[in-house]
Amino acid sequence: MKLQISIPLSLFAAAIVLITSCQGEKKLPILGPRTVETVKKPDGSSGVDTVYKTIPNFSFLNQDSVTITNDKFRDKIYIADFFFTSCTTICPTMHRNMKEIFEKYKDNPEVMYLSHTIDFKYDTPSVLKKYAQKLGVDNGQWQFVYGSKDSVYKIAEKDYLVAVIEDSTAKEGYIHQGWLVLIDKQKRIRGAYDGTDTKQVAQLMKDIPVLLSEDKK
Amino acid sequence: MRRFLIGTLFLLLLATIIYSCQDAGQIKQDVYYVNGRDLYIKHCQNCHGAKGEGLGTLTPPLTDSVFLKSNREKLACYIKNGIKDSIVINGIKYEGTMPAFPELYDIDIAQLLVYISNSFGNKQGMYTTESVATDLKNCK
Ligand code: HEC
Repeated sequence: MKLQISIPLSLFAAAIVLITSCQGEKKLPILGPRTVETVKKPDGSSGVDTVYKTIPNFSFLNQDSVTITNDKFRDKIYIADFFFTSCTTICPTMHRNMKEIFEKYKDNPEVMYLSHTIDFKYDTPSVLKKYAQKLGVDNGQWQFVYGSKDSVYKIAEKDYLVAVIEDSTAKEGYIHQGWLVLIDKQKRIRGAYDGTDTKQVAQLMKDIPVLLSEDKK
Repeated sequence: MRRFLIGTLFLLLLATIIYSCQDAGQIKQDVYYVNGRDLYIKHCQNCHGAKGEGLGTLTPPLTDSVFLKSNREKLACYIKNGIKDSIVINGIKYEGTMPAFPELYDIDIAQLLVYISNSFGNKQGMYTTESVATDLKNCK
């Protein structure tokens, strides 16, 4: 229940920041729940600080049947999504749009992509490999990963804040959302965009350079 | 009363003449084209793209005029029943599957075919509901 609310909420927050950002220096919002915690400062004294939600450690098999972890995305920003190869509805549109971004940042090793399959029955690494090749994006910058149902569904809902449900009454057996989630180098969520909506994808295109320039200062 | 009847008949005749002057066939094709575009956006664009460009080698483009022409009678079957066999488009082999659209009526299929076969660089004229019905009877 909480999750359902948090996406519209975070989008609302994103909208406000986008509107206000027109006036000043551009910076992307940090999305997701946050907590205020007492932390030890370097000089030994303690103080209060805001702790943002981050993507926790994970370990999945990629399209080359190699185990990859968060380490793969160290010092990178990346776009994460959830899909399955036999999806005939929103996934082709999401990946058409993501591929456009991929083409644009092909020469920038700081930008990566992470697509999780939610079809743990059929989408084995070799199926993912074929898919990546056919989509024309199999250069390593775009990782396609396979994991147990629990691990993928949990990270989707708890960490990337994307709803994924296995539902035998749905036409293709799954209900899921087409969010493209933008993650920064500190593993925080900096944007969530509907990957089937041209306007939101255009916004994502604009936000990537903003996020990249953040670390340059 | 009689004058009224003659008047109406005259008007009807006039309307028919004007209408047929504008080439009824072309008007019908234009209507099919516009409706076909809406259907295409709803059912096909996700895979085949707004410009019929396809998606990598997952989905073929709809720009191979020679293929569309030489398979004219099979196109309705492709849409209604989907495609499982591999297919060669513009010299590239595609080995995916296209989903079936059993829910589409013959007239929807005719409109879709008018749209795709007169867009994306294709120019192949009219498909009627009747020709689609005939083609569907001969599906393999
Ligand atoms: C889920 C993706 C998907 C959707 C949706 C889809 N197609 Fe296809 N279509 C394909 C694939 C994949 C092939 C090639 C099949 C193969 O590889 O054997 C194909 C092949 C075709 C072909 C023959 C090859 C060519 O490129 O000319 C036509 C015509 C076609 N589709 C029309 C349509 C129409 C019209 C619609 C909408 C009613 C539609 N398709 C919806 C995936 C799709």
